[in-house]
Parts: sequence; structure tokens; C-alpha cells
Amino acid sequence: MSLLSIQNMDVSIGQYSVLHGVTFDVPEGGVFVLLGRNGAGKTTTLRAIMGLWQPSPGSVSFRGEQIAGMHTSDIAKKGIAFVPENMGIFGGLTVAENMVLATANGKFDQTRLKRVYELFPALEQFWDKQAWSLSGGQKQMLAVARAIIEPRDLILIDEPTKGLAPSIIAAMGEAFREISAQTTILLVEQNFAFAKSLGRDMAVIDDGRVVHTGTMADFVADTELQNRLLSLSMEAG
Amino acid sequence: MGMLDRFGGVFWLPVILAIIAFVLIGAPSSWLTLTVAGLSMGLMIFLMASGLSLVFGLMDVLNFGHSAFVSFGAFVAASVLAYFGGWLGSDSILLNSLALVFAIAAAVVFGAALGWFFERVIVKPVYSDHLRQILITMGALIVAEQLILATWGGSPVNVPRPHFLEGAIIVGNSSLEVYRLFAFCLGALVYGGLFVLLNRTRMGLLIRAGVENREMVEALGFKIDRLFIGVFMLGSALAAMGGAMWAGYETIITPALGAEMMVIVFIVVIIGGLGSIQGTLLGAIVVALMQNYVGFLAPKLALASNMILMMVILLWRPYGLAPAVKIK
Repeated sequence: MSLLSIQNMDVSIGQYSVLHGVTFDVPEGGVFVLLGRNGAGKTTTLRAIMGLWQPSPGSVSFRGEQIAGMHTSDIAKKGIAFVPENMGIFGGLTVAENMVLATANGKFDQTRLKRVYELFPALEQFWDKQAWSLSGGQKQMLAVARAIIEPRDLILIDEPTKGLAPSIIAAMGEAFREISAQTTILLVEQNFAFAKSLGRDMAVIDDGRVVHTGTMADFVADTELQNRLLSLSMEAG
Repeated sequence: MGMLDRFGGVFWLPVILAIIAFVLIGAPSSWLTLTVAGLSMGLMIFLMASGLSLVFGLMDVLNFGHSAFVSFGAFVAASVLAYFGGWLGSDSILLNSLALVFAIAAAVVFGAALGWFFERVIVKPVYSDHLRQILITMGALIVAEQLILATWGGSPVNVPRPHFLEGAIIVGNSSLEVYRLFAFCLGALVYGGLFVLLNRTRMGLLIRAGVENREMVEALGFKIDRLFIGVFMLGSALAAMGGAMWAGYETIITPALGAEMMVIVFIVVIIGGLGSIQGTLLGAIVVALMQNYVGFLAPKLALASNMILMMVILLWRPYGLAPAVKIK
């Protein structure tokens, strides 16, 4: 059984219909990549899974349980973490306070905290600094660290490499690889080089519909398919 | 900006204002009286405004009916004080204080209960729709005013003060009203309490985070609606407390009190920066000092002074002096 199953998910925002019958399954373990052009509906898909947009009834199940229609906070409590495109950092709070909010009861599990420090040493260094003063890369690290400070089954990450320096992107890739050994990651990404280095399974969304699903290895081997589905975004990016 | 912020930044504004006023006024005794009056007025306005600022910051709700809590606080306190009239006139500080505590407590409890009702019945159906919020909360303010008119009548109501808060302390040549000093201390105490609540507790952490980015707080697994009712009730209770204190300060109140205070409360919240309690305190003190100084130096300008102040500050800092950090 897949960890997360999206079946025929429609999403409308205001009077606009954005997603039309989106269907894909995220198996347990590893990184599942959602690719697509700008405005194809990738971010909307993640937000709908998280309950931040309303997906059509009965379209999202997590470990076999329907979560479409649930309150965002209840979805989070099922074990799904969300790292939004804008990172969702609380700038007026310190790094420590940002992290405390992500814990279940306000207390850190020391083993997990140690692991966070190992993955992202900068966070330990700036622990008591206000989060707005961090660099873009450090903010992204904080956003990811918040998602892994408690044990979760699934982490939704939206375009984590956007606007980051290549060296930081490489470090982020390392971290994701390590995290995905224990936690499934559903990654939305425009950076195809980054995506293919991490992904095991993948789907492509275009114009609010899933136009391709399969393994990353097959997709990487089929350049004709890549060109057809991603050419526009490659040119733009 | 970095340099300015390192040394306390905009929080020096009241001090700078006081120094300028000192030079212009010339007479130290008048200056001291005006400054104390300004500070005590500032803290009473802070009580009234803090809830509005937090509610806007946390839930993006524009509550034009906020001053109804101020009015009800004032009238409830006035009624309780009148009921305990005998105790107020007595020489016993205990009886005096008891009557005062009962009056303020009644205003606070009434404010909290009214806040609960207001949030559930009036504000909740219009979340995320500013135009409807403005219309319905303004309508609620009119209804509240009429209810006050029906309950307490249209003629001005006298507010008796406890005996021990009457009179003044003479310092040098200045006379400092005891009631003002008391209002200042009570306001400062409440500010201290709010500061601890917001900065030292988990609930405060959630409120501060919610003001910045509500969605993310929910994505971390918290239900912000429940928090919001709590903050709304706290804000309306504080507004009622401010109204109660204001009633004693003015000694005569009319049903128009709420609408009069609304203008000043909005100026304070806009100047201070929405969503931050420090900003609201700063805005309240700056506005109250300005009003007192200008009222003395150029009485005709008193009304306009705060509008001008607001324009100047917004030209300098469009988001107010010390707004909560907001990343959207």
C-alpha cells in the first residue's frame, strides 16, 4: 500500500479551477519528485494535501485514511510536515523558538536535536539569533529542520533550492538524502539536475493534470519525454 | 536603520518628544505635570488599543467595534462605583480599594464575556473579508451605543472616584494628580504582564508566531481559532479595563465615549505598527504626550496634532514604528 494516495483530486481557488483530477501514489520511503512547468499546479497540489486549499472530498488518503477535508492542524498531527515555498519561517522569533514550536510538547528529543545540528551546523551557531537575520540558505535549513525535529512519516517540500547558491544546494541534497532514509519526502522541484539526483519515483504535472508518472531512472533515460514535458521550464529556468 | 535600532531606535521617540517640549514650554513645573498626564493617558490608551492590535495582527480582523468594549467597561465600572458610593467616601483605604477592585473586575469580566459573544456571533462569519468586517463591526458599534443609551440614558453620568485616589501630590511647583499616577502604574503592570505572557510562555510564542504567519502555525499542528478566541477575549477585557480607568479619569462620561476613543485608538495602532504590543505602547505614549504638549502650547492645534503626527510617521515608516515581523 502506498503511503499517500491522491485520487482524482480537483482543487478550485475562488472561481478558478486549478487542478483537474490529479492522481498519483507516493510509496513509502525515499524521495518522490513532482515536476512541472511554472504555474502547472505543483504548489497547489502540496497545499491541497496539507489542507491549506480544499481538495475535492475523498481524494487524499494517507496510510489508507481519508484526510481530504480535515483541518490543516489535524493533518499535521497525522505525521505530515510542510516546508512551503516561502519557507514559513517566523522571522521575529529566534531559531530556538522556531524549533520549539515544531516540537509536540515544547521539549526537544536530544537525539533528534543532535542530528539536526549535524545536518545543519549553522543552526546551532545561530540558535539564539532572530530568524529574519539568517541568510536564505540558513532559513531553508531551519524550515527543513523544523520538519524533522519530531518523527514524521511524510515531509512535503516546495522548491527548496530556489534562489540558493550551488554549494548550499549540494549540502541541501546531502541532507535530503539522509533524511529520506527514515522519512518519505514529497519534493516539488524546478531544478531538474537536483531532482534527478534525489528522486526514486516521480510525476509530472502540466496545466493542473498529471501527465506522466514512473521511476526517475526511466524518465532520465528518455530524453525525448523530458524535452516534451519539461522543455518550457528548462528554457525559463 | 541598523545603527538606530542598535541603540533602542524608535523607542527613544517619547524621550526626544519630551526634550523638545521641555525647551518649548520653558517652565519645568508645567512640563512635569503635562508629562505625567501624558504618560498616564498613554497607558490608559495602551490598555484600550492593545487588543485591537493583537486581533488585527493574529487574525487579520479589522474590528471597528472595538471601542464598544471601552464604553461598556466605562459604564459598568461607573455603575459599580456608584453602587459602592458609601465605601468610596469612607476614610478606610481597604473599603476604597475594594470598591475600586470590584468596579475594575466587573468591567474586565463584562468585557471578556462581551468579547466572546462578539467573536462568535459577529466576527467569525466574516473572517478574511475586510469590507464585511468593517461594515458589520461598525454596525455592532452602533447597536452597542444604543444599548448603552437605553441602559444608562443619554445624560452624562458622573463617575465617583475612590477617596484615596483624589487630590494631588506636590513635587516642587508641579501638582501631580494621584489618579493619574495610579493609572500609570496599573497600565505599566498590565504591560509587564502582557510582555511576560507573550515572551515567556508557550501560548505567547504561538500568538507571536500566529501574528506573523497563521498558516504555518496550523501546518505545525496547532488550531489557531481557539487561540484567537482567547486573544479576542483578552483584548476586549483590557479595552474594558481601559474604559473603566478612563471613566475615573474623566469623571463624567457619555455614550459617545466609545466613538471618541475609537479615532485615537486607531491612530495609536497604526502609528505603533500592527500586531506588536511594544509598538502599541510606544504609539500610545507618543500620541498622549503629543496631545498634552500641543494642548498646552497651541490649544487650537490639539485635535490636528495627532493626525499630523500619524502622517509624518507613516511617511517615515509606512508600517508604523515597531510592527510585528510579517513574512508572507
